[in-house]
Amino acid sequence: MTAADAPTIQDPRDELVEHLPALRAFALSLTRNRASADDLVQDAIVKAWQNMDKFKPGTNLRAWLFTILRNLFYSSRRKSKREVQDSDGAMMATLSEKPEHDGRLAMADFETAFAKLNDEQREALILVGASGFSYEEAADMCGVAMGTIKSRVNRGRARLVELLDLKEDEALELTDKSTMAVVTSRILPNKDFG
Amino acid sequence: MDRDKDKPALERQIEENLRRVYQQNMEEDVPDRFKQLLSKLKSQDARFSEQDNGK
Repeated sequence: MTAADAPTIQDPRDELVEHLPALRAFALSLTRNRASADDLVQDAIVKAWQNMDKFKPGTNLRAWLFTILRNLFYSSRRKSKREVQDSDGAMMATLSEKPEHDGRLAMADFETAFAKLNDEQREALILVGASGFSYEEAADMCGVAMGTIKSRVNRGRARLVELLDLKEDEALELTDKSTMAVVTSRILPNKDFG
Repeated sequence: MDRDKDKPALERQIEENLRRVYQQNMEEDVPDRFKQLLSKLKSQDARFSEQDNGK
């Protein structure tokens, strides 16, 4: 049972590890809480492992994993609606400490605003805007029509513009600040649920 | 995929920020618990297929 015997057939189970960073980033954008995100990733991996026979080889493994993860997220959200809503407050509290640097401020502002969107808008923006999935793929993953994803993206984006009080001519200035932010800032750890 | 060029500056701006937030999260080290979980799942499978060899 050495891998060298079958070099052409890759077991998708062996590829899971490559998708862990993306799964964690996606989970974090949904839960906005590090501990919850990691629990969610763990559940998704176990579920994916047990259902690997349902994965169609040659299709997008990351999309399949993301689908499992977001379905787990939404079913647990239905069970504990109040707890999930509270994470918003935890995020806000963490970000309220005064950043010393313009770049950090811009990045923290963006994250604070992003955390205020509803789950569906955050999800659509991350899938389409950040992870590079097409509208069609995102619609498949979320089990909704493509128009629904487009409208979530548009509404989420409009809400961010509103929350950040962005104007067309200020956009470039923020780019420079955010570039600095990449160098200087780290994601602030969230507080656990109280 | 040159669709970015047609987007208004604000839209591009927001996507850049989204990608940065996401990218920052992607670059974090994956905690050991996940590697341990994967090897645990793997060894469970191995034990299972030993018992269940004829299938």
